[in-house]
Amino acid sequence: MARAVSRNTRIGWTIAAWFVALLIFFPILYAIITSFKSEQEAIAGFDLIPSFTLESYREVQSQYNYFRPFMNSVIIAVGSTVLALLVAIPAAWAMAFSPTKRTKDILMWMLSTKMMPAVAVLVPIYLIFLRTGLLDTRTGLVIVLMLMNLPIVVWMLYTYFREIPGEILEAARMDGATLGQEIMHVLAPMAVPGIASTLLLNIILAWNEAFWTIQLTTTNAAPLSAFIASFSSPQGLFWAKLSAASTLAIAPILIMGWFSQKQLVRGLTFGAVK
Amino acid sequence: MATRQTQSLARLMRAPAIVLLLIWMIVPLAMTLYYSFLNYNLLNPANTSWAGFFNYQYFYTDPAFWESIWNTLVLVVGVLAITVVGGILIAMLIDKPIFGQGIVRILVISPFFVMPPVAALIWKNMIMHPSYGVFADIAKFFGAQPVDWFAQYPLFSIILIVAWQWLPFATLILLTSLQSLDGEQMEAAEMDGAPALQRFIYLTLPHMARAITVVILIQTIFLLGVYAEILVTTNGGPGNASTNLTYLIYRAARLNFDIGGAAAGGIIAVVLANICAIFLMRAVGKNLD
Repeated sequence: MARAVSRNTRIGWTIAAWFVALLIFFPILYAIITSFKSEQEAIAGFDLIPSFTLESYREVQSQYNYFRPFMNSVIIAVGSTVLALLVAIPAAWAMAFSPTKRTKDILMWMLSTKMMPAVAVLVPIYLIFLRTGLLDTRTGLVIVLMLMNLPIVVWMLYTYFREIPGEILEAARMDGATLGQEIMHVLAPMAVPGIASTLLLNIILAWNEAFWTIQLTTTNAAPLSAFIASFSSPQGLFWAKLSAASTLAIAPILIMGWFSQKQLVRGLTFGAVK
Repeated sequence: MATRQTQSLARLMRAPAIVLLLIWMIVPLAMTLYYSFLNYNLLNPANTSWAGFFNYQYFYTDPAFWESIWNTLVLVVGVLAITVVGGILIAMLIDKPIFGQGIVRILVISPFFVMPPVAALIWKNMIMHPSYGVFADIAKFFGAQPVDWFAQYPLFSIILIVAWQWLPFATLILLTSLQSLDGEQMEAAEMDGAPALQRFIYLTLPHMARAITVVILIQTIFLLGVYAEILVTTNGGPGNASTNLTYLIYRAARLNFDIGGAAAGGIIAVVLANICAIFLMRAVGKNLD
């Protein structure tokens, strides 16, 4: 806004905005604080200043082998996203640069597969996994999450690729560029940012997925979402430990998320809001 | 570019994605449909038989089904009301000239990146716990009796958690829309002496209408599938008080091993989701041209 705003108004809005923002962020902040408390402190009543012990972090690793679900999360999230990209890049590319009459219908149909409620296919997917030995394997989850996110990946890439002007390719060709040169020097630099954003958003979505991960894993392949859900019973993790496990589980994604705010809007609204 | 060669290449490039999604859509759905007509329990698979419409009939007449449909509706509408109204207000607040706007934005969108089980467990244990939660501490501070949220208001508690997770999404999208609002028009209205409320109703709201529609539709699709939040907090209880359709089907399939019944429930979930999907596709499709 270009208008001059009085300093007092500005300070007033700032206080209000920060108050609301901190209120919304508070549960996360409180979990981070609690993760640095001892178990006694954690249930000793409201206190924003922990004793900064790392005890809970150590115990989460030594008692529950935290590293394994963490690595499962990394492999499943990255694996499913990379696989989806491999399939989606050529498809989105073809639809953006050689559209046919049916391209729009195909895109809408892909979107419609995303509307299928996961629970509707719980029975067949579970039975297929049970019979093929895919239950509780990372391979199985990579396949399911890849298929689940494929429509979003195609859509996001399509909206990015569509913004690359086709004339630039022709210009490069006129100047005598070979196909290899065309891809390396003209297309790649323009396509990479879109691909990177798509990669980031889909890692976030796959990392936080909590229906299939809980249904299809027990101990071996359980990623963090399933691992932490298993501590819902009263005899589960104590609170400081739960907080430490939670902090470690959300920290990487929180940071990635902060960097992908803009892409988030675009990816999750299928380009309907930019 | 449209030589025959590039066209067949394009077809080849599209094919894997289309074929994979086609299989992913048709095979499991066909299987669900088939199972929904079977008398099939995993505890007694030898006794599998054709059931006709029995599973549907059984599902429809079960009081738990109607309760779960009602809970699903309350959950979706409750979360939508909180996130849309809250999202509009917060988006307008962040859009004001404030110090540290970037950090405020980051703080506000953070809950969206917290995985559902973590979000639900933080709220359950550290915020809403009847003896050790922050809400209980506040109640005690004012000398009031702490509330056992998940026992007394189970569905409301879940609505609160899910709304906290989705508020950032609504805020972010509405803020994006708000920032594309024409400043000059707003200024002109202000100079003509239009009061703030009128400017909001006649300028801001119509401008955000499309974004609000998108928020409602996309959230509805995700909210119909709320699952982990229920699993780690109330387990659908007490009784069926916080069981939504997703959770009811999960229970039929995984805890009662009733494949036929769960499949019939799944088909009903598909029908429900499709009703919402039709509207969303229209909204998105318009933007494609």
